[in-house]
Amino acid sequence: MNGNTSITATVAHLLTPAERQHWKLAWLSTVDHKRIGILYMLTGLVFFVIAGIEALLIRLQLMVPNNTLLAPDTYNWMFTMHGTTMIFLVAMPVLFGIMNYILPLQIGARDMAFPRLNALGVWLVPFGGILLHFSFLAGGPPAVGWFAYTPLSEAPYSSQLGVDYWAISLLVLGIGSVSAGINFIVTVLTQRAPGMTLRRLPLFSWMTFMNAFLVILVLPILNAALVMLLIDRLLDGRFFLPFGGGSAILWQHIFWAFGHPEVYIVAIPAFAILSEVIPVFSRKPIFGHEFVAASTVIIVFLSLLVWAHHMFTVGLGRAVDLFFVAASVLIAVPTGVKLFNWSATMVGGRVRFTTPMLFCVAALLQFLIGGLTGVSHAVAPLDWQTKNSYYLVAHFHNIFVGLIVFAILGAIYYWFPKMSGRMMSERIGKWVFWLMTIGFNLTFMIQHVLGLAGMPRRTFTYPDLPGWTWMNMVSTIGAFFMAAGSIVFVWDLVISLFRGKPAGDNPWNAWTLEWATTSPPPHENFDALPPIHSRRPLWDYANPDRPDPVVPVGGAIDTFRPDKIKAGVLTFIISEAGFFGVLILAYLLYNATSKSGPGQHQLDVLKTGIFSICLFASSFTIWRSEAGLRANNLGKMKAWLIATIVLGSIFIVGQGLEYWSLFQSGVTVGLDLFATTFFTLTGFHGLHVGFGLLALLVVLGVALVSNLKNGHFPALGAVGYYWHFVDVVWVFVFAIVYLWPLIG
Amino acid sequence: MNLQLPSAALLIADVVKVFNPQSPQARAIFNLTIIVIVVMVVIFAVVVGIVLYALLGSPRWREGERDPEQGEGNKTVEIVWTAIPLAIVGVLFVLSARTMGISDPPPPPKPDIVVIGHQWWWEARYTNSGAVVANEIHIPVGKPVALRLDAVDVLHEFWVPELGRKLTTVPGHPNHLWIQSDKPATYLGFCTEFCGTQHAWMHFLLVAEPEEEFQKWQQAQILPAPPPSSENAQKGLALFEQMSCVNCHTIKGTIASATFGPDLTHFASRKQLGAGIVNNTPENLRRWLHDPQQVKVGAKMPNFKFTDEQVTQLADYIETLK
Repeated sequence: MNGNTSITATVAHLLTPAERQHWKLAWLSTVDHKRIGILYMLTGLVFFVIAGIEALLIRLQLMVPNNTLLAPDTYNWMFTMHGTTMIFLVAMPVLFGIMNYILPLQIGARDMAFPRLNALGVWLVPFGGILLHFSFLAGGPPAVGWFAYTPLSEAPYSSQLGVDYWAISLLVLGIGSVSAGINFIVTVLTQRAPGMTLRRLPLFSWMTFMNAFLVILVLPILNAALVMLLIDRLLDGRFFLPFGGGSAILWQHIFWAFGHPEVYIVAIPAFAILSEVIPVFSRKPIFGHEFVAASTVIIVFLSLLVWAHHMFTVGLGRAVDLFFVAASVLIAVPTGVKLFNWSATMVGGRVRFTTPMLFCVAALLQFLIGGLTGVSHAVAPLDWQTKNSYYLVAHFHNIFVGLIVFAILGAIYYWFPKMSGRMMSERIGKWVFWLMTIGFNLTFMIQHVLGLAGMPRRTFTYPDLPGWTWMNMVSTIGAFFMAAGSIVFVWDLVISLFRGKPAGDNPWNAWTLEWATTSPPPHENFDALPPIHSRRPLWDYANPDRPDPVVPVGGAIDTFRPDKIKAGVLTFIISEAGFFGVLILAYLLYNATSKSGPGQHQLDVLKTGIFSICLFASSFTIWRSEAGLRANNLGKMKAWLIATIVLGSIFIVGQGLEYWSLFQSGVTVGLDLFATTFFTLTGFHGLHVGFGLLALLVVLGVALVSNLKNGHFPALGAVGYYWHFVDVVWVFVFAIVYLWPLIG
Repeated sequence: MNLQLPSAALLIADVVKVFNPQSPQARAIFNLTIIVIVVMVVIFAVVVGIVLYALLGSPRWREGERDPEQGEGNKTVEIVWTAIPLAIVGVLFVLSARTMGISDPPPPPKPDIVVIGHQWWWEARYTNSGAVVANEIHIPVGKPVALRLDAVDVLHEFWVPELGRKLTTVPGHPNHLWIQSDKPATYLGFCTEFCGTQHAWMHFLLVAEPEEEFQKWQQAQILPAPPPSSENAQKGLALFEQMSCVNCHTIKGTIASATFGPDLTHFASRKQLGAGIVNNTPENLRRWLHDPQQVKVGAKMPNFKFTDEQVTQLADYIETLK
């Protein structure tokens, strides 16, 4: 009875009166960043349960030597799915969810820049997850590891559909992530409250902003790798098949060019959480704000240059290894700066040992260990010994669990009151904390020793060698402590949602803008905002006698506020550049030296040149169309727009004719490396031209039916940018594929 | 004086293989490991010290109390804790470069042994003597041995923790590795790159023995298999040659000369069967012949559904391949 009323009260609290009749629809159709954030987190929680069960099965299988609980391939499915799920369906969605919820609030915005794009992004996560898990019903999940090294992941060695589901699912998730990244960037650039200059961004928002750049730069690299793998598997391509002339190592380069920054994509939000929680519960601002902020920029930059430290044992040669040793040990410096600053923040503070703080302090110390063992991997000779052993497993779980999961738990205890209006239980929270901390350290600390004792990773069982058995047993016991901690945590979430103490607006006496509104915040977030002169507006408000020093406005960049739609398209174009960059590099790698056989000299340079001129000319026509709009001459605008569409269509038809004649002479994707790379590169360009044409047609349609008298039609400008980009890509492709062989 | 120490050291050597280096290459890495561990421990202690000082050195927060002095940072401190780590990683870089030189010197023009990774076993071809063996590699003690690493299907990785660096075998990209053992010993080696179903059972034995013994072993390995004497074994050989065994295996001295599966010419001289999954005993061999999939699920050798009699004949023959 009592429970019932409180449930009703809670539901009433989370929905507007109008929505109560159709609350399911209200959530399914939401474009509110707060609900989307929660949907992200709930999706992540569901997959956390799945991937957690997989982890427990892994540990059960390894509990004793020569175990037969799981068949070898079942075990191989488990660790593949565990890794893939935890990274793409747990860590990323949960962190994106937290950022989605908090970022607009913290910068004083009403919502994200593109609420509908935001909704698309969140729904791609369950769809991607379902695609991946559908493989269980379609002949079995992938058994190739989350890194899917070629040639094992190629059709001759993994003939079942698991790898295809894996690749397509990650493509779906990758596209969703890029859309979220674009949204974060444009939100920070265009939706900030008055007074919230870039330099006044709280660290959480700043790091979200930086992280989003990493997302749009590297997820497309993965997408390119995935389409190349799919072309190999489904169209008999040859990118990564050594026996077809391809390179097995190329996959590793591309995968880790994405994969290492990916580690930072999930680590930087954890840094962001620590940078927010530790100061609040030390009752002091962060020590060296600028240094923490700048170290993030350096980390983002360096993280793009360290990928081959995952490949020290592949045999890349001394010079390459040394470059990546240097870059990798260097990244320890900005990371160390963060650790030192977080620690120094607590010095001289009045530390409050709330559950969020406990999780963040533990995350700091566990990350310290993971960071130090990371340095030991960056030192290549040590990596030669410890790579692919349990030492490495221990190292990265110190990052993924010790830092990231702990930071996420801290963040949820910290922001749950804002999201639900109720406090989580401190008493149960401490249980969760100790179960997780004991469990985590039991599970993973011993694995360092296990690795040094020689145990390789990804093995479904092991012989009873001295010490291996008891160490594995300890690790398995620890895993069950973490499982218990997770269950208690979910329980705490549920009961706090209904019975938690009312939180009020600002239960922790925190200083950033998300605490300046009700809990949960209303639709569009704020009734009124306090003045913003520093990074802690609520501190200034509450302590008029000793406000933070005003952060001066630092020029044009600091107040930069571009047009929303143009900023969106430009960030999208940056992400596309990465995608095409990979395809172009792959083409160059395999065609740099001219080979005999059908291929390049069968291309009709003259004919394609004429079609190319049509495409290049269409950049001019769309520019004229925009000029027409600016001059308020709508007839001119439409005419030039139609000209653009005609020219683009001519190009597409020309490309179709070229493909047809190549097919006629037997040149298909699987013929040789030239054909594989040629069709992939030009095909994806053609696909983009096709999408561009569709967008132009939509713009034309809108222009024909609506009244554009005021000359305001940002969509045209946006499509225009995209169209120019597609043309510029073709300049490169045409030069490399068609013109270069003429010189050589 | 201290009786505990040697036994603890022995225990570590016994369990923690990486801390028990037995070659100049592994020792160079081990020495650097010690340096890195010291650095790691010092940094760990410093940060933990700061955190403990912060947590214990100031009064705890109390409800309703005024917040402490705010402060915002200190440039000098920032420069110090940027510069010191920068210096440390600079030193680590130089030490890395040096250790890489010692533990991985340039290869000779011709390798002594070509080691080839297969799903899921190791092949070793001795370039000078022509000996071809599987899953058990012998080397002479105290001499650097040049390996070329190759693979015929997917990636594998060659690792003997006591002897130094691990290195991937990449199809189409031969790699080079020096190994050496300073004392006679038998080491357990592993495949450390995930290579499919039976990645867990892709072990090998690396036997380091005195020069004369090594030469004796090598001489024995290059001999063709003698014709079997017992009637059962003769039937076994006939069976071997009739059945599809010859499509995958080599037995020198017979018509079997395929290279997809392990060379069996001196099969019975090996200590293990199935790349380490069981010991090479007559009983295990019979189990294997009955159904390899029962012993090693996923192994590329199918179940030929031999009768008991055929298994006995084949086993009797194969046991003569010393």
